[in-house]
Amino acid sequence: MTEASTATADGPEARAALAPELMTWDSKARRVVTLYVPLACFVIILLFPFYWMAVTAFKPNAELYDYKTYNPFWIASPTLDHIRHLLFNTSYPRWLWTTMLVAIASTALSLFASVLAAYAIQRLRFRGSQYVGLAIYLAYLVPPSILFIPLATMVFRLGLFDTPFALILTYPTFLVPFCTWLLIGYFKSIPYELEECALIDGATRLQILTQITLPLAVPGLISAGIFSFTLSWNEFIYALAFIQSSESKTVPVAILTELVSGDVYQWGALMAGSLLGSLPVAIFYSFFVDYYVSSLTGAVKE
Amino acid sequence: MSVAASTAWKNVRQEPGWLARFFDWKPVLVFCCMLPATGLLLVFLTYPLGLGIWLAFTDTMIGRGGAWVGLENFEYLAEDPVFWTAVFYSVFYTAVATVGKFALGLWLALLLNNHLPFKSLLRAIVLLPWITPTVLSAIAFWWIYDPQFSIVSYILVDVLHLRNTYIDFLGSTWPARWSLIAANVWRGIPFVAICLLAGLQTISPSLYEAALLDGATPWQRFTQITVPLLMPILAIVMTFSIIFTFTDFQLVYAITRGGPVNSTHLMATLAFQRGIPGGQLAEGAAIAVSMIPFLIFATLFTYFGMARRKWQQGEGND
Repeated sequence: MTEASTATADGPEARAALAPELMTWDSKARRVVTLYVPLACFVIILLFPFYWMAVTAFKPNAELYDYKTYNPFWIASPTLDHIRHLLFNTSYPRWLWTTMLVAIASTALSLFASVLAAYAIQRLRFRGSQYVGLAIYLAYLVPPSILFIPLATMVFRLGLFDTPFALILTYPTFLVPFCTWLLIGYFKSIPYELEECALIDGATRLQILTQITLPLAVPGLISAGIFSFTLSWNEFIYALAFIQSSESKTVPVAILTELVSGDVYQWGALMAGSLLGSLPVAIFYSFFVDYYVSSLTGAVKE
Repeated sequence: MSVAASTAWKNVRQEPGWLARFFDWKPVLVFCCMLPATGLLLVFLTYPLGLGIWLAFTDTMIGRGGAWVGLENFEYLAEDPVFWTAVFYSVFYTAVATVGKFALGLWLALLLNNHLPFKSLLRAIVLLPWITPTVLSAIAFWWIYDPQFSIVSYILVDVLHLRNTYIDFLGSTWPARWSLIAANVWRGIPFVAICLLAGLQTISPSLYEAALLDGATPWQRFTQITVPLLMPILAIVMTFSIIFTFTDFQLVYAITRGGPVNSTHLMATLAFQRGIPGGQLAEGAAIAVSMIPFLIFATLFTYFGMARRKWQQGEGND
């Protein structure tokens, strides 16, 4: 801010009077100070916990608790001990598998429900459809922290307690509103004329949906799918409240409740678990980052 | 031959069967299309919401159905200092974290809005904290806040020599509170930044050029062009952020579990602790229900406080 104001205080005449190379140097230096330095700070701070997670996961215990003889920022003798411990001495593979299963099943369920709902709201245009759309949008604003206690009693009465179905059926409560909202926006961008042509040619509404609208909406479906997958992978409170037995826990819950035993925290194993648990989402996300960003921002712009 | 072919074609085209016609009848089609989504939401969202409010007025415990007790749960909570601490910390946490997230997020968005090399890579990196499971990054923060082996303390004490003792991040009330807020801000920045960046990119550069010709300073350009045009998207993102920060559960549960001495409980973690491990479902539900007025107030506040300016300026709703 100070640099910017001094520059303007000089006025355009003063700046024009400066030698060109001095001016370019000045603006370059200012660009470095006002743009690259803060940006570098942001990136370092945003990435540091991941770096720290990775470094801790591969450090032997001797280095982990000794900052005097070893430089904590680097690993002198990297080891896979923590990961081996995680994979072979705990039920970690089982937790990963459960999480994957729950995430895929709830994503499929909510995509199915929200494609139909978004199509009905955006294309069939029944009376009051915009109010239904608004209601579904408002449903997204109901946070899971308010719902988990009554849902826990429901899940118990339905006999779903401690089964993956408890999660598969409750995750759509936050996935469906979001996907519907996102897909309504996407369907809006597909020209309606295409559907009119198909109607004239005698296609039924369901044929139009499956053969014209859905193939065109594949990018929207992909981004809704990625969102749902990451959201259900990251979900915590329902999984914590509805699952009790050690084997059927999801990764985030299991790491926190199963790996933290007693007062001695095995930081190496904890960090290895966190790293491995974040990796699938991060890889999945890195393939589709453009879809992700565009749908995220598109959804907010709606 | 051609005549025969055309008549054959006419015969091939049949009227759709009664089932297809039934499904093509609009009311049926609308009903069938809306059924899965509304069914799921009514059963697992609307009904539990109502059930939660009802539970708050009963004395239900785990394994025992409850009877209506009126306002007893709320009367009990009103005299519970732990509850009031949780209310205070929820409000404080939300307020400070939201200010931090939006100040830093807006700054990051403005930085990213420049012409930069590797722009898409940078955007992908920036979103990482938001994409990884909150609990897992919270565990990383827990390790960063370790009293003995905290890397932050190491940097401050052994590298920069700014302090003599290691910081006890999570051992006492206020440091623990600030540490949690810092972790929340860290996680929230990317979302705010990417959303606001999208908003920034919709602002026409010609407005800045016109302002530049009129001799506006960068600060004036920021306050007179950027902020007002960003207001609609800012209002939406802020509503979201406030709601989900106020009802946050994962970070606090993972890092402190409400300790030390219940000082970092948010209302959500207190509701969990009383409701599920404690078995007092009704009391947990009462705490969860007491979040609702705060949420409604926050939503209305951001919505009317920020969205109204848009109408005053007479802009079209894009």
